[in-house]
Amino acid sequence: MSAHTKPLLEIKDLHTRFHTLDGAVKAVDGIDFEVYPGETLGLVGESGCGKSVTALSILQLLPCPPAEIQGRIFFEGKNLLDLGKEEVRKIRGNDISMIFQEPMTSLNPVLRIGEQISEAAKIHKDMTRREAWRWAVEMLRMVQIPGPGSRSRQYPHKFSGGMRQRAMIAMALSCNPRLILADEPTTALDVTIQAQIMTLLQGLKDDFKTAIVLITHDLGVIAEMASRVVVMYAGKVVEEAPIKELFKDPRHPYTQGLLGSIPVIGRKERTGRRLQEIPGIVPGPLETPLGCRFHPRCHKVINRCCDQEPPMIQLAEHRRVSCWLEA
Amino acid sequence: MSLLEVKNLKKYFPLKGGILSRTTGQVRAVDDVSFALEHGETLGLVGESGCGKTTVGRSILRLIEPTAGQITFKDQNLLELEREELRKIRASLQIIFQDPFSSLDPRMNVGQIIAEPLRNHLKISRTEIRDRVAYLMERVGLHPEQMRRYPHEFSGGQRQRIGIARALALNPLAIICDEPVSALDVSIQAQVINLLAQLQEEMNLSYLFIAHDLSVVEHISDRVAVMYLGRIVELATDKALYQNPLHPYSRALLSAVPIPDPEIRRKKIVLQGDVPSPINPPSGCSFHTRCPECKAVCSRQEPTLRDMGDGHWVACHR
Repeated sequence: MSAHTKPLLEIKDLHTRFHTLDGAVKAVDGIDFEVYPGETLGLVGESGCGKSVTALSILQLLPCPPAEIQGRIFFEGKNLLDLGKEEVRKIRGNDISMIFQEPMTSLNPVLRIGEQISEAAKIHKDMTRREAWRWAVEMLRMVQIPGPGSRSRQYPHKFSGGMRQRAMIAMALSCNPRLILADEPTTALDVTIQAQIMTLLQGLKDDFKTAIVLITHDLGVIAEMASRVVVMYAGKVVEEAPIKELFKDPRHPYTQGLLGSIPVIGRKERTGRRLQEIPGIVPGPLETPLGCRFHPRCHKVINRCCDQEPPMIQLAEHRRVSCWLEA
Repeated sequence: MSLLEVKNLKKYFPLKGGILSRTTGQVRAVDDVSFALEHGETLGLVGESGCGKTTVGRSILRLIEPTAGQITFKDQNLLELEREELRKIRASLQIIFQDPFSSLDPRMNVGQIIAEPLRNHLKISRTEIRDRVAYLMERVGLHPEQMRRYPHEFSGGQRQRIGIARALALNPLAIICDEPVSALDVSIQAQVINLLAQLQEEMNLSYLFIAHDLSVVEHISDRVAVMYLGRIVELATDKALYQNPLHPYSRALLSAVPIPDPEIRRKKIVLQGDVPSPINPPSGCSFHTRCPECKAVCSRQEPTLRDMGDGHWVACHR
């Protein structure tokens, strides 16, 4: 990920607002990050921090209005926000695809699995119905679904949670995308199934050199999958770091708090039974605090945090933090 | 003597089918589970979805009527009690539910929710009830001024605190915690775990802590039981189980937990396939269809829980 490689995806000053009766909700409020070819970027944060909205904004899957997307999203040099509907459609599902969190609700219950997987190939690769179906069966085989031929003729309700997630992955991969946006791909699954899916994603990524944006709140999954991490809080990026540095030397108090608040097997012998807490709750989108958004919950808060928004401090390449303590 | 003893607990749900809705089969949700909960300890109960851990928790309180077994609490077999006796004993045996959204009545305010067990079990005046509710709210980290608010005005973590206050109202001896933190965000999860640990120390509570998150269970438990397809496959102290798991399923389960440390790279034991249906559990050891160490005997004979020393029990032929 040196300075020479050109980023595959470059997000600059992205704002996503939702116009509601109570006023404009700033779900994403001016974020920047890049994704390089073949890497796995982790996007971490708790519910309501704007990580899913970021992914949906990239693919323009939000109905506008009520949503309003501003900023620039460069994919291979083209600003996706300048493209027309038809042009975005050509990219969506073809060059960039998405894996959704809930394998239960994101498959169409009245269409056969093969039908759903072959849809993208029919649209983007000009395949006939029969070719596309054969392709779908191949994809199912690749994601290790036993008996892919007969499985492709079944409906989603016949699939278990793990198999539905595999089918989702098959769908996302069916046009050999260069970028996959994976929104909490394993959150709804049991640990042993999660391990299966993670191994599968890792293997497919190595084989196809696909870049992945992995959106999750699970720092364990991040530690095992991502090479670089962007931490979000209340619609803003608070920290970015290569994976090892983030865990070894988290700079933002929020990242520090997150890392301290998760129970880690075998750690209580050393640290006792009390977990580090982040007091309070994530602020609602309509009650964003002044100054640093984290200041009401921060244990290192200083005066200027309360009324001035902290600048983004670049510490090194891909190492930045938005905190007054670093300024 | 143990505080709570569960012996050979079974719960089979009937499967009805056909126009006469005759019973056509059974779902063996809990199949011969035995364990004991000691005074002041936390016993973790882990397993993947569908393993029967929630059914065990609810059967103990008879929120689900068990098919067979024996549950001894305060020298009484809960399964033989009449309604009124059961109601009385539930004062000392409480439950916290997983979903902080659906386990609180949206039409009652917080004061009424926490006061309900007090009104049902004690004959005390309204002022006494109000004082007790205020005390309980403070205890769990809520402001007593919020007594007149309704559940929808609270966040997930605060709602879980309301549920905890309600469970504590009658000074119980034991609380069954059914996935109390799995619906919460990580930073809020830590707050609730700390609260539960602190209350346990102060009130000498016993917890049966049911969860699917192995890191959370390890953190809070003194002993842990691992369930698979309605049975306990391993039971040990948290240290013994996490450092030296004996059952192949426990080993696979533990190796699958992602570790939040990028410097550690472990080899995962990736199990093939899904959990089999509890309607038709496999013969012999129910894990043999997915077990990487399966022997011929495993498909024929059901292993029993054996003591391997130091209270480490395992149900495996190996």
